[in-house]
Amino acid sequence: MNENPAFTHIENLIKSNDVVLFMKGSKKMPQCGFSATVVNIMERLGVDFTDVNVLADPQIREGIKQFSNWPTIPQLYVKGEFIGGCDIAKEMYQSGELQEVLKGSDKS
Amino acid sequence: MGMTPLEIETFIKTAFPDAEMKLVDLAGDNDHYELTVISEQFRGKSRVQQHQMVYNALKGNMGGVLHALALKTIIPTLN
Repeated sequence: MNENPAFTHIENLIKSNDVVLFMKGSKKMPQCGFSATVVNIMERLGVDFTDVNVLADPQIREGIKQFSNWPTIPQLYVKGEFIGGCDIAKEMYQSGELQEVLKGSDKS
Repeated sequence: MGMTPLEIETFIKTAFPDAEMKLVDLAGDNDHYELTVISEQFRGKSRVQQHQMVYNALKGNMGGVLHALALKTIIPTLN
């Protein structure tokens, strides 16, 4: 299978930004409750992050699902590593693991 | 759209015969569920891998036919 052309774009995004959230809508105006939950967590932690609105780009929307082998949006990446979706972000926030993972990332 | 609780339970039981699970239909619309799966198969796997195993068990229905599934995976405690 040929590599999806969106993969290069996705790789660049997660390499050039410490914290990237692939989401529905923007961080200012999330368009899905699950995306909004992760935005809220990041804001509560005071972590600056890059938001990628998958609704604005169908290639990224489908591409990121294949790229991460993950069927749903949102998807959180920290330092190039896939952390998980809304459920995992929430669990890790509650247990304090997310704060550990985000240490050293850009603070807003 | 959506899946019945029985459909979801059947997919999970097929992939995780040992599993204990709890499934709640949050909105009563067969499309917004909360699923907890407890299985020995999760041991030694990362959280991402555990969730991927459940999504694989649902055979591509997650994110397509099934819109919302809040998922929690648990490794049984050894006594």
